[in-house]
Amino acid sequence: MIEFSHVTVTYPDASRPALSDVSLLVEEGELCLVAGPTGAGKSTFLGAINGLVPHFTGGRLAGRVLVDGLDTSSYPPRELASVVGVVGQDPLAGFVTDTVEEELAYAMEQLAVPPDVMRKRVEETLDLLGIADLRHRPLRTLSGGQQQRVAIGSVLTAHPRVLVLDEPTSALDPTAAEDVLAVITRLVHDLGTTVVVAEHRMERVAQYADRLLYLPGDGSVRSGPPAEVLETAEIAPPIVELGRLAGWSPLPLSVRDARRVAGPLRSRLQKLSVVGSTLSVTGRALDVREVVVRYGDVLAVRGVDLRVGPGEIVALMGRNGSGKSSLLWAVQGSGPRSAGKVDVGGADPASLKPRVARQRVGLVPQTPADLLYLDSVDAECAQADVESEVPAGTARALLDRLAPGIAGEAHPGDLSEGQRLALVLAVQLAAAPPVVLLDEPTRGLDYHAKRHFATVLRELASQDRAVVLATHDVEFVATVAHRVVVMAEGEIVADGPTKEVIVASPSFAPQVAKILAPQQWLTVDEVAEALT
Amino acid sequence: MGSRALHPGAWWVWALALAVAASRTTNPLLLGLIIAVAGFVVANRRSDAPWALAFRLYVYVGALIVASRVLFRVLIGGEDSGHVLFTLPRIPLPAFAAGVSLLGPTSAEELLGGCYDGLRLAAMVICVGAANALANPKRLLKAVPGALYEVGTAVTVALTVAPQLVESVQRVRRARRLRAGRTRGLRAVKGIVVPVLEDAMDRSLRLAAAMDSRGYGRRAYLSSGLRALIAGCVLAGLAGVCVGVYGVLDGTSSWLGVPMLGAGLVVAVVGFVLGGRRVRRTAYRPDPWRWPETLVVVAGAGACVLLFVSARVDPANLYPSLSPLRWPSLSLMPALSLLVGAVPAFAAPRPPSSEVVR
Repeated sequence: MIEFSHVTVTYPDASRPALSDVSLLVEEGELCLVAGPTGAGKSTFLGAINGLVPHFTGGRLAGRVLVDGLDTSSYPPRELASVVGVVGQDPLAGFVTDTVEEELAYAMEQLAVPPDVMRKRVEETLDLLGIADLRHRPLRTLSGGQQQRVAIGSVLTAHPRVLVLDEPTSALDPTAAEDVLAVITRLVHDLGTTVVVAEHRMERVAQYADRLLYLPGDGSVRSGPPAEVLETAEIAPPIVELGRLAGWSPLPLSVRDARRVAGPLRSRLQKLSVVGSTLSVTGRALDVREVVVRYGDVLAVRGVDLRVGPGEIVALMGRNGSGKSSLLWAVQGSGPRSAGKVDVGGADPASLKPRVARQRVGLVPQTPADLLYLDSVDAECAQADVESEVPAGTARALLDRLAPGIAGEAHPGDLSEGQRLALVLAVQLAAAPPVVLLDEPTRGLDYHAKRHFATVLRELASQDRAVVLATHDVEFVATVAHRVVVMAEGEIVADGPTKEVIVASPSFAPQVAKILAPQQWLTVDEVAEALT
Repeated sequence: MGSRALHPGAWWVWALALAVAASRTTNPLLLGLIIAVAGFVVANRRSDAPWALAFRLYVYVGALIVASRVLFRVLIGGEDSGHVLFTLPRIPLPAFAAGVSLLGPTSAEELLGGCYDGLRLAAMVICVGAANALANPKRLLKAVPGALYEVGTAVTVALTVAPQLVESVQRVRRARRLRAGRTRGLRAVKGIVVPVLEDAMDRSLRLAAAMDSRGYGRRAYLSSGLRALIAGCVLAGLAGVCVGVYGVLDGTSSWLGVPMLGAGLVVAVVGFVLGGRRVRRTAYRPDPWRWPETLVVVAGAGACVLLFVSARVDPANLYPSLSPLRWPSLSLMPALSLLVGAVPAFAAPRPPSSEVVR
């Protein structure tokens, strides 16, 4: 269905090609997962399938890409619209119309599908995706999972043979991600659509994939059955790492398969206990009482109490729109707060000047790039030193600890997600706040970057800082958090040690916990440590 | 009558008809009536979509126009004749600017003249604002002929990204506080503008890529000669229409007006029809044209035509006399004819309400 023969893509002023001499074949009806570290060329690969690379992005493509027999060099993306459907990373950024129904019809209008056929296909697609009740809703009012499903529907109505999805679940909470994945697998099983998915969180998709395309980062692509490719891949989901540790072969990719072979491991672990140290918290770094955040008629946060001690890492979890971000902003004092008290070292950050407030509480927002406006990394660091009234070089030194080797003259816009996060964190930490708040920090980070980021957070905690992070990433929470707070509809519904809160939860339990239940193990590292 | 969105074309015809009516009078009472009619219909029939909230902006612009007209009359008036209200010290100008004088005495006639003039322009602007508030701009774009699809891309991207721009300004301003950066003043501009523009640029590119990969602008093959002919027809036609509209509004030259407008329209339509052939699209559930649409158009055009007819009977009513200074009068016939324009406030279907969830 998709054939790459000797494809090399080179962008202007790049030191090496993004893809070099890639030859591969994706059969019809396959679900194909594209994985690899950030910057390995995943987006370039996806773009090459429908001709956005190089027709839209520029750069030079040598070799040949055939999709359903059509050569992308002679057909621009718009001519391929009836063959390849593309859903981008942020569905909202790709919406052209205002309401669900119009969005579903848009591609068909462009393809000049007769009106009666359009009407029928819109109804079919609404049912297929389970969004019939949303048909008249404005797109902006939908939740993240609903938007993603509408975005998939909007390309499906053109009846493409190939569907290309870029990070379809990375911004979604675990439950919404399940909904989207259910739709994708249904397309593959029932309609025979060929689906190509790029996803950082491989643990969510690997089990459904027929083929894994692994991009190690040197421009090449390794293609094969997922279990085979993952045996040697540098980045792998927790289930694969556990499988490697236990020596399972072939590697199981679903929790169900893993449980079936995990019997011996479970009985070995039975006698062992988790080595992890229990954290004893003394004192309070952050004291939040009865905080209420209201936007017009909507109560985003309804009277939340939260206490965090120095050296404690607290994960804030919950559905999209459950009030996590609003709470973080209200605590920092820069966001609106309708009622309640926040106490950091004897003062309320909202009543302090911004310059003083950031020395008490540092916040890294969901889009870290909002904080960056200068044209080089060095300039940003120097500005941060001035803002924080600290000796010159402080921010730069912090950055070198967080992410070594970032060139000073690099433009912040050219950094990878992980590097940009490190830069913003360095800027905020320059003020040495005892409380650090992070909003969805692991978005767009690969497993390597996440692991590194986890050590950064532990280091912060070891300096007696209180860290609160809002996130959907259960695997990351399992690795770093001491305590988990679950929010729903603006209220706290669960608050306790990580193990107690997430092991029993069907949607928040990490893979290792699911495989080794009823024993309470959270991460591969824990298991490895106990076994040695 | 169920709630549905009225055809955007109907709203535009209605609003433009009112604007034409406004262009033909300086009677402040009639102009006030036109503004009131437009405002009344907007208040009754606008939806809760973001573009509908822009009407207030147009009213502000209107007020600004009136104020600046009056101000300019005071600034470069200096007429001694008439009822002088107050006298400002005259600023002497060099000899080469002999005809112009700065400040000096200001007469009631001058002030009123400026006010009437400004009010006429303001009323026209507000009529356009009413159309913008009532008609969904994206639905209107659907009705744009295929020949103009390149313009359509740009407008669609702008319409989608512009509201998001406001959002991203708010987000970045909030984020500025996190770095203890300034949120107002010149030095804050860079810190806000740079991230916002980067964000907007990014979004526009992604939207354009999404439109492209969903088949926007697929075209059939056309020879280059035909393409040149199409472009020529559209340009010449539009130029003709512009001249024609000027002629009609001017009302003094006979040949420039209706004939030119007609010829321009014909040429432009030929261009559009030819050009539309190269883009093949269909419309999903196009806005239907039913009796409420016709009624709205008839109401707008009717108000306009009736006003013109009444002007034949009593032309003085439309242009209140400034010398001698006389109180503008409102006679029954023009007032009633303008009130016809308010019919859509009841005749048009209610717009569908969208539950806005944050």
